[in-house]
Amino acid sequence: MTLTAAVAAASTTAPSAEGHGFLSPTGVEVAFLLVGLLTFGAALVTVTTRQLVHAALWLVVALGGLAVEYLLLSAEFIAWVQVLIYVGSVVVLLLFGLMLTKAPIGRSPDADSGNRWVALIVAVAAAATLVWVVADAFRATWIDLDGAPAGSTEVTGESLFRNWVLPFEGLSVLLLAALVGAIVLSRKAKEEPSPPPVNSHAGAGSSPSVPDSRNHPIEQEGAL
Amino acid sequence: MHLALPAVLSALLFCTGLYGVLARRNAILVLMSVELMLNAVNLNLVAFDVWLSSTAEDTLHSGQALTLFTIAVAAAEIGIGLAIVLAVYRNRGTSDIDKLRDTAEGPGPDDSDSDALAAERAEKAEASA
Repeated sequence: MTLTAAVAAASTTAPSAEGHGFLSPTGVEVAFLLVGLLTFGAALVTVTTRQLVHAALWLVVALGGLAVEYLLLSAEFIAWVQVLIYVGSVVVLLLFGLMLTKAPIGRSPDADSGNRWVALIVAVAAAATLVWVVADAFRATWIDLDGAPAGSTEVTGESLFRNWVLPFEGLSVLLLAALVGAIVLSRKAKEEPSPPPVNSHAGAGSSPSVPDSRNHPIEQEGAL
Repeated sequence: MHLALPAVLSALLFCTGLYGVLARRNAILVLMSVELMLNAVNLNLVAFDVWLSSTAEDTLHSGQALTLFTIAVAAAEIGIGLAIVLAVYRNRGTSDIDKLRDTAEGPGPDDSDSDALAAERAEKAEASA
């Protein structure tokens, strides 16, 4: 009887002491779990599908699911930035890259390389280790989402422009450098040898005559 | 919310990206997997920032600021990475990273690859000429 009383007391005091429990998930937790499963499934399809364009489209689902997770964690500014930059621009860039490299539409049998089983072993081992460590470390930790939202635009803007101004400006320099680098890398280097024949052909009539008339007297004067 | 939920999800997403980086052959698919890994890190940063801002009353919001920086760096990375992939594709005619073995050490099975590459390059040069 004492045992049942102790169990009952523990079962009543433990949730009331912390206010949380494994067996009484809140609505936010259930939504986070469902969207998390969707995100993880989309990520798995992204790395395993044999159709290259479908991989990019499943990546949209995974990144959009992560944006919903940010919203559930009350970080709304990050969520909209995620939608704008990742879903809006990065995936479009990836699709452009796929099209420009003439990726095959439909199934491509050689999407995975020969070391996929080694990769699978490494990934599963890393996942098991990380999940075990993380779940063991944060088994009894809860996030309090009831207070003021931690990631509204006002809060994020204040912290960004009060405490993080210098890294923010450094980031703009980095983006400028990346822009210049991308332009330099994607400029066609092979075009440079080919224009000279055109230019020399067009300039063969005019330019040699002008330097001739100007240079020869100087050279002659220098010689004289 | 239980803190282990976002932490476990981010660990799983990171390992999915790890598998993609190791197993994929197309360079653009490798870039997609790198994006997955970066997003896993972002989820961790946001979750722990929300936890710290309510538990330790941290007002610096370093996690969310760092998340924004990571997103911007990822955008720059994807731009540069795609420019490199396109330059490689223009020079080699392939975006298959298993065939880019010019700096591989020692002779061996690479010779056939380099011969095939040279043949491809010659064909491409002929085609462009």
